[in-house]
Amino acid sequence: MMMQRQFGEAMLEVKNISLSFGGVKALTDISFDILEGEIRAIIGPNGAGKSSVLNVISGFYHPQEGEVWFRGKKRMGLKPHEVAKQGIARTFQNIALFKGMSTLDNLMTGRITHMKTNLFWQMLWKGPAEREEIEHREKVERIIDFLEIQSIRKTPVGRLPYGLQKRVELGRALAADSKLLLLDEPMAGMNLEEKEDMSRFILDVNDEFGTTIALIEHDMGVVMDLSDRVVVLDYGRKLADGTPDAVRSDQSVIDAYLGVSHD
Amino acid sequence: MSPDFLYAVEVILNGLMAGVMYSLVALGFVLIFKASGIFNYAQGVMALFAALTLVGFQTGQVPFSHLINAMFGTDYHNWSNGMNNFMAIVLTMLVMIAFAWLVERIVLKHLVNQEPIILFMATIGLAFFMEGFGDLMWGANIKVLDVGIPSGGSFWLEDVTRGWAAEGSEYYGMYIDVLDVWAAVIAVVLVVALTLFSQFTKTGRALRAVADDHQAALTVGISLRAIWVIVWSIAGFVALVAGIMWGSKSGVQFSLSLIALKALPVLILGGFTSIPGAIIGGLVIGVGEKLFEYSIGPMIGGATENWFAYVLALLFLMFRPQGLFGDKIIERV
Repeated sequence: MMMQRQFGEAMLEVKNISLSFGGVKALTDISFDILEGEIRAIIGPNGAGKSSVLNVISGFYHPQEGEVWFRGKKRMGLKPHEVAKQGIARTFQNIALFKGMSTLDNLMTGRITHMKTNLFWQMLWKGPAEREEIEHREKVERIIDFLEIQSIRKTPVGRLPYGLQKRVELGRALAADSKLLLLDEPMAGMNLEEKEDMSRFILDVNDEFGTTIALIEHDMGVVMDLSDRVVVLDYGRKLADGTPDAVRSDQSVIDAYLGVSHD
Repeated sequence: MSPDFLYAVEVILNGLMAGVMYSLVALGFVLIFKASGIFNYAQGVMALFAALTLVGFQTGQVPFSHLINAMFGTDYHNWSNGMNNFMAIVLTMLVMIAFAWLVERIVLKHLVNQEPIILFMATIGLAFFMEGFGDLMWGANIKVLDVGIPSGGSFWLEDVTRGWAAEGSEYYGMYIDVLDVWAAVIAVVLVVALTLFSQFTKTGRALRAVADDHQAALTVGISLRAIWVIVWSIAGFVALVAGIMWGSKSGVQFSLSLIALKALPVLILGGFTSIPGAIIGGLVIGVGEKLFEYSIGPMIGGATENWFAYVLALLFLMFRPQGLFGDKIIERV
């Protein structure tokens, strides 16, 4: 067992979020927080609303009720690209990479929110634009080293196998140098070896860069090993919230996963 | 060399030059299609509008003068003797940027996530609007556009090539319009600049990112709306260049908007998503229709240039629908 880890203040707070699409309730009165420096898992059966929560945090969905607080400030109606500028990066369940672009270019787009030169210098491609490009290129190369993807730097990512694409997507999120990293099923469809690699990367990111991480994952073994605290959702409601051990022994969680007859 | 051979070379060269002019229009289509998946029917009209505006600034025309005079019984036509070419081009470019911004504000913003066919219909509406608006703003008469690009046949080339023909044969040298040569040079510069820009700059990378995947682009912090304004501005710039070249060649007239239709077969040949494709497609069509007219035309009564490009495009649609350079279409069933 890991030794007791210490965390900072709440980095992100979700307060009484309710979200519905037309008449369908996706989320009902969800509240939880993510502390600075922790690895937070969001779990639950299919259709529990895990991805909806992530989409609310990253600005793709806007809840009808409730608030999202990020680093002590209330945040309303931000668009996804504005959320990204605030320092929240994410990956997707079914990979959203720029398939026609090389690994290097994909990672460089991850740094776009940090690049400041205006169109004028970019067109001249001298002075500030060139310096900036080189500076960001160095950061990206460090991430490439870290994720051990040197050999595919110039390959268009559409040609890479699935596991590597997932890794490149993680790399692009890392390149953003964000405070909070949202990972939507980072290990879905991977084999055991790939899962171990990915787990190691997630732990290293958290450890070396101090990045706060929230992840959705189906593999319970992985969740219990990686995360500091776990939120359990079912039918759009929060079922339980606590350490992996506490959640594992919670009767309502066991019922939700194993199914129980309501009579 | 035999005169026939020299004449064939001349036809091919002229075809290449004509092709460059088609490519200039096709380029604008490709830029917008790549970045937003919209087939912008208004591209040809944008070229017309840019040319009209340029002439208007050059000659110091009062915008909407017909309307104002009709309403208030006044007689305004020109507010000054005009301005120099450079100023006029810069101002016209600003108008095209403002236009791009307005299109995003008024049209595209409300059509996010709509089917491509709906966006296509919107651009047809836009084309008709701009044609009418340009008419209202600058008047419907045919205008002369001259920004100082030399035109007319090249005597030097005629003299040189006349010497190549066999002694005593009736060959009077090649005729190539210098304006066309300039158009070719400008097109090459434009394509090289656009390619470098999209490959090696931050904004270029963002443009490619948006073209590749909207959702992913949002996640890394790219504002789609800002990118669309940039793309439409660049397309407006390309339209301005096309408008200047076509306008210098055949005068600024409303039939200019129809040259957009010639860009369609060019795009079908080259592929809707490829900038080099637009260029090669234009050249193939240009040379193809000139050669066809020269070799087969006399047998079937001529005037083949009107339809040859479309027949070629139809053949391509049957055998290679993605075009020469387009992304491969893979349908999973």
